[in-house]
Amino acid sequence: MRHEILNKKSWIARVRQDRYLLLLVLPCVLYYLIFKYGPMLGIVIAFKDYNLHRGIWDSPWVGFKWFNHFMNSRDFWPVLKNTFVLGFMKLLFGFPAPIILALLINEVRHAFFRRFVQTVSYLPHFISNVIVAGIMTMFLSPRNGIINELISFLGFDRINFLVEESWFRSIYVSSEIWQHLGWSTIIYLAALSTIDIQQYEAARLDGANRWQTTWNITMPGIAPTALIILILDIGKVLEIGFEKVYLLATPAVYSKADIISTYVYRVGLSEGKYSYATAIDLFTGMISIIFIISANWASRRINGNSLW
Amino acid sequence: MNRKATWFDYVNVLILMLVVVICLYPFIYMIAVSMSGGGPISQGKVWLYPVDFNLDMYRYVFEDGRILTGYKNTLIYVALGTACSLLVTVLGAYPLSKKQMVFQKPIMLMIVLTMFINGGMIPTFLVVRGLGLLDSIWAMVLPGLISTWNLIIMRTFFLGIPKELEESAKVDGLSDIGILFKIVLPISQAVIASVGLFYAVGIWNGFMSPLLYLRSEELYPLQLFLRNIVLSSEMTGSGAPVSGNIVVVEPAMKYAAIIISTLPILCVYPFLQKYFVKGVTLGSVKG
Repeated sequence: MRHEILNKKSWIARVRQDRYLLLLVLPCVLYYLIFKYGPMLGIVIAFKDYNLHRGIWDSPWVGFKWFNHFMNSRDFWPVLKNTFVLGFMKLLFGFPAPIILALLINEVRHAFFRRFVQTVSYLPHFISNVIVAGIMTMFLSPRNGIINELISFLGFDRINFLVEESWFRSIYVSSEIWQHLGWSTIIYLAALSTIDIQQYEAARLDGANRWQTTWNITMPGIAPTALIILILDIGKVLEIGFEKVYLLATPAVYSKADIISTYVYRVGLSEGKYSYATAIDLFTGMISIIFIISANWASRRINGNSLW
Repeated sequence: MNRKATWFDYVNVLILMLVVVICLYPFIYMIAVSMSGGGPISQGKVWLYPVDFNLDMYRYVFEDGRILTGYKNTLIYVALGTACSLLVTVLGAYPLSKKQMVFQKPIMLMIVLTMFINGGMIPTFLVVRGLGLLDSIWAMVLPGLISTWNLIIMRTFFLGIPKELEESAKVDGLSDIGILFKIVLPISQAVIASVGLFYAVGIWNGFMSPLLYLRSEELYPLQLFLRNIVLSSEMTGSGAPVSGNIVVVEPAMKYAAIIISTLPILCVYPFLQKYFVKGVTLGSVKG
């Protein structure tokens, strides 16, 4: 009893002692409560029949109606498949590309050229999705887009990339890589710079060639970083950014381009089916969490590296 | 490390030059077309430098008015948003770097958790609407006030400040707030620049939140107008419509709009690049 009082007192004393720090952190805490945890409470509408006039709390409960509705709808498999395939393609090409580029940049010994390549390759990361989608659309235009000019100059038939659905995924993934390839190398270059130079010199004295030092010293040096990035990327497979897909998709390619976030936007905000859209979001959020937990678990089992 | 250049070095330089060309060429091409005449463009003669040099399309885009309205709104959102975001992020990150502070662990957990779970598009929209922020300037500032990533970058930097510095200030009678503003902030200029730039670029380039939260055209930021100008299919139809005394050359006009709205970033980027890189490397250190 006495011990408890003592503890309580010290706890209050600590709040008093840290009162200024707590005051400083207050706006930040309020932001997270209102704009991050508020919406999490709002997820209950996925289990209700949300109605604007009755509000969130007075709308009737409907259980798993919207989840059943989604799983039985004819959009379910196409949308899920599009999201998964697009996310997986992005992972497949987008994950190794910056590692390769970082290794190549790391082999450059001319400091100025190296800095030049880095500066230029980071640039597209700062261009907005609207502009990247605009560039893609105009460069690929069948009428006077430069890509089609090149194709016809080489003697082939012009391709109407933007209305042929088989091209959508390649266009999306290559625009993603163009935008983020250079920027993603930063983290690997930072990891590469921490590798001890003496290791390379010792290996060279032992007669190892460049390929061997890359394989035996450089690669193990960046492996932990790469693994963490891979876990995070796997967690994001289904969370493809809304903006670029929304901007690049024309109605002609919806059968390949309709992904969960664009679908949620369309049924939720354009058609006003709030509850249904929230249920879909929740459903994919759950899958994402399962993905990241399994990736983390697998990584810890394989070599002891993990996020938590 | 003085080795003789091998064939690998040459191939490597070649590959990297290709990467440079792929990253830069689209901008060069767009600048060239935006300043060329309609004839050479439709004949496919423009690919590296302007042919029939003129700035008519730039004049046209400015006279159209939409880009100017968008510019003005975006500048307001960037200035206001960056200031608010930076302030709240600095104020929040400093206490969170004090591991002995009461509630530090639960608050940190609460923040990191939001990187993995979130309410989703619709519930967030309902909160923003419920607060009456829809279709107002604050819809561009408050919902994205803090980026958890930026908060962590800032906190990681504060964690690295030597404790002795703050302790001696405490002995001199400064409060925690005094220490933050008089001791910590003056030595944190680089990280403040990095985080501020990330916020500014994020707001400048943002498309989804104005799309979701703004209705009236007079509040639209640059990106929404740009979408309407560049991506609306064939807004001017085929042929060469005349507006006033300027003949609109569609590709040139669209590229001019793109160049105008990217110019600020293209201009400041080379000088500020090091701050961006610094931010990323700070963020990747496990806190």
